[in-house]
Amino acid sequence: MSWDSMSNLRPVLAVLVSLIASGSIFVLGEHVHRNVREAITFIAAFLKAAIVYSMVPVIVAGGTIEYSLFKIVEGVDFSFRVDAAGMVFACVASTLWILTSIYSVGYMRGHDEKNQTGYYASFALCLSATIGLCFAANLLTFFIFFEVLTVATYPLVVHYRDDEGKQSGRKYLAYTLISGQIFFAGIVIIYALTGTLDFKAGGFLTAKEIPMPWALVLFFMLVGAGIVKAGVMPLHSWLPAAMVAPTPVSALLHAVAVVKAGAFCTLRIVLYVFGPTLAKSCHGADILAWMAVFTILLSSFIAIKKDNLKARLAFSTVGQLSYIILGICVLTPFSTAGAIYHIVAHAFMKITLFMCAGAIFVTTHKKNISEMVGIGRRMPITMGAFTIASCAMAGFPFFVGFVSKANIIMGTISMGEPLFAATLVVSALLALTYLMPVVLISFKKEPVNAEFTTYGEASKAMLIPLMITAAISILLGIAPNLGLHLYDLALMAGNQIFGTIGVGL
Amino acid sequence: MKNVPILIVLLPLCAALLSLALSKIRLHLGRDVIITAIGGSLVLSVYQLNRVIEEGPIRYGFGNYKMPYGIEFSVDAVGALIVILVCLMGLITCLFCINFEGNTDPTKIGGAYSLLALLVTGMIGMTSTGDMFNLYVFLEITSLSAYCLIALGGSRGIVAAFRYLLIGTVAATFYLLGVGILYASTGTLNMADMAFLLKKGGHDQAMLVSMCLFIAAFGIKMAMFPFHGWQPSAYTHAEAGARPLIAGVMGKIPAYAMFRYMFCIYGTGFVYFKQFLLILGVFSVIGMFYGSIRAMAQTDIRKLLAYSSIAQISYISLGFAIGNPLAIAGAFLHMFGHAFMKGGLFFCSGAIKYKYGTVDMNDFGRIYKKMPLTAGLIVIASLSMIGIPPTVGFFSKWYLAFGAASAHSYVYIAALVISSLLNAVYFFKLLEKVYMAKDEQLVDRAPRRHGELPVTMVLPIIICFLAILLLGIFNVKIVDILLMTVRGVAL
Repeated sequence: MSWDSMSNLRPVLAVLVSLIASGSIFVLGEHVHRNVREAITFIAAFLKAAIVYSMVPVIVAGGTIEYSLFKIVEGVDFSFRVDAAGMVFACVASTLWILTSIYSVGYMRGHDEKNQTGYYASFALCLSATIGLCFAANLLTFFIFFEVLTVATYPLVVHYRDDEGKQSGRKYLAYTLISGQIFFAGIVIIYALTGTLDFKAGGFLTAKEIPMPWALVLFFMLVGAGIVKAGVMPLHSWLPAAMVAPTPVSALLHAVAVVKAGAFCTLRIVLYVFGPTLAKSCHGADILAWMAVFTILLSSFIAIKKDNLKARLAFSTVGQLSYIILGICVLTPFSTAGAIYHIVAHAFMKITLFMCAGAIFVTTHKKNISEMVGIGRRMPITMGAFTIASCAMAGFPFFVGFVSKANIIMGTISMGEPLFAATLVVSALLALTYLMPVVLISFKKEPVNAEFTTYGEASKAMLIPLMITAAISILLGIAPNLGLHLYDLALMAGNQIFGTIGVGL
Repeated sequence: MKNVPILIVLLPLCAALLSLALSKIRLHLGRDVIITAIGGSLVLSVYQLNRVIEEGPIRYGFGNYKMPYGIEFSVDAVGALIVILVCLMGLITCLFCINFEGNTDPTKIGGAYSLLALLVTGMIGMTSTGDMFNLYVFLEITSLSAYCLIALGGSRGIVAAFRYLLIGTVAATFYLLGVGILYASTGTLNMADMAFLLKKGGHDQAMLVSMCLFIAAFGIKMAMFPFHGWQPSAYTHAEAGARPLIAGVMGKIPAYAMFRYMFCIYGTGFVYFKQFLLILGVFSVIGMFYGSIRAMAQTDIRKLLAYSSIAQISYISLGFAIGNPLAIAGAFLHMFGHAFMKGGLFFCSGAIKYKYGTVDMNDFGRIYKKMPLTAGLIVIASLSMIGIPPTVGFFSKWYLAFGAASAHSYVYIAALVISSLLNAVYFFKLLEKVYMAKDEQLVDRAPRRHGELPVTMVLPIIICFLAILLLGIFNVKIVDILLMTVRGVAL
């Protein structure tokens, strides 16, 4: 095999690496020492990241990497195509897998969890599916990975195997499987109507093929699966329920893979299947944008009322993901770039927050914010990271959240939608209202909380990842293009979709 | 190698006839001969498929009689694939049965294996034959051996077998009546000749009546709603070792016969063709819902699987009802997939029964720790039942749904979607039991030092596991072969 075809094989390898890891953890997990088992995860995580990073230069230079494996059904190939948008998400997911794995080892051992083999195996499978759907070249390939992700997440949600977990698991399945099956029906109908399923920047459907009322129905059949996973209200309630799982799972759900896969699905459907023209003319994008606005505001208000830290963060995710949906549905190059970059931004901010919450839980067994008075005295580094992530969440300049929000707001203003812009500004203030009290309470001087007088951080395996992600939240805020050129890639994706060249207003 | 089609039938038939006598000589000699014979048939059937792919359908005349007068075997691409399926499932079921022998009475052991071999013979014959009356003969061989195998399952098995016998005889009679009516109006029993004569027209009334009879006859035999009454108790109480073959394959062969009558013999030119498709579609849709809803209420895993079969067999008849090539190919793909899913799940339930003596799902708590391999197959087969990619269940559903979308039958797509979700309800209930319920501390009846199960049980489980995944991922290869036949006859 020549070097060229080998290098085109990279997207397949990126998927396979963690698939093989998952399989070997499943088979070997109970028979080898746990350090060996974790070593499999780390080797796969680093290999995967290396493979994904190695594709960045090609994509930044404006190329694509395509590879078609075989026919998966009559007329449709099982094929991969790496483009700018997929690259951004893949970079985020593969980077965060390394960090979450380090953190998982600290958390799972620190907390002495059961069923760790199943946990690591499912985690690796989730990552395989995520990278697969980043690089999928057509709707069917995408759907296969999307469903694998749904199923592979289920064992993680029900990790504790108790009644509460079972209930959340059922809720999760009900939401995702129903929307997934409707998605399936939509794909079948599109294929029957058009005879193609290949993603194309700017969409491949036209109003001629699908008359108006059906276009809207089809739009929501397809986009439904995405917005359920992304937790757009009123379809969000599985996400807070899934909080029963261990904290690293929440990190996976909220930051690395699952909800992002939902947002990414929406991106693919709206801009690569329907395209801006049809999405606009069938009013699907408008309706979705208003749903997102509604979600952003409502979820922030709910978050303010939650005393459980993880629940508060969960509702914050619901709101933040709707930024991405809104950015997509505004249908401008800038807002799209902002939306794609918000996948990056939110991932780093939210994973920091969750890792902090987990670290607090493992060291002090505190879940509720009201019990965390003065905890900054005991865990200054953790709470420092929490503060950084909170500022980023609120969209302060020089934090990563600012970059994406500014882009989305520029997009909304250029479309003449001041109301959307206002929503984003208001929600930034709301984010401050629900995250800053946590910071303030934890660093309160008086009264001194007897529980937290001495210094005592979580183990290094938990501390280091959260310091790294907090640092990245600042670094990417100052230099959005640092390292992997993620901002350029996001802009590139926006320009490819709308056929515009150049940056600037 | 001209005689391959008949050799495939003769090998298990001869072995079945010899089995009893051989068992008298040495206890397991009969069994070993039968396993070898079915293995031989499997090899030959693969060879036969290759020949069909290269040279087109095989027609084999018995005793060199000229064609419409003699009996003939005619094997097309679909038939050749089904013969492989029957041989493979027959083989692994025989292997599986080794663990359920229970006693050392040579007549009983030899007899039970010869019944299995006869069941395989009958099913291969029904698939291969090109003669309408010959099909009846093989139908009866299949049925009679199935009655006996069901009756071997203890006292409740006898009751179930008797019910099946009554209604099965009605089915056979219906079939014979239908053949008689067609024979009276055309004067031929050869399928190809019949198709040729019917296309000339002028037999519409006779065709209408006999089609009604055929649908009822094959509907009963394949346990399609609303003819399914005998099926749940028969599948539940059949002999534990033989259950995978009975539940996994036996219902599929009449479905193939129904396909041949509707599409190959009657053909799309039949005046009432569309009406029959509609009737079949209505039965299928109701059957999907009915089977799944009844399955939800079961706690006995065998009953759950039996009711789920009613729903799954409806997928196959739904494919016929849609009628375009891809939908029919999807129906056949589902036939193969479902044989391994349902067969596999019955292997699992058999293995659990063998080890812990229970069939009640409430006792399955955390069984995955003790039987990881079995639990793995339960997971993959359940996901395939629901239709999660990349298992075969997803792809057969894709072809069915795509066929329905091309025919603008959006109701069928909705039915498929709802049916998948209903499947999800009870299969995830099963998975919850296996993975999450409280450990019941069951006593291991067959403790082993290495591995969870004997090798003859592990092998069928692994074969089903791989088949579900490989048939899914490489479904295009199968579908291409199926389309060779299906394209010529479908709408």
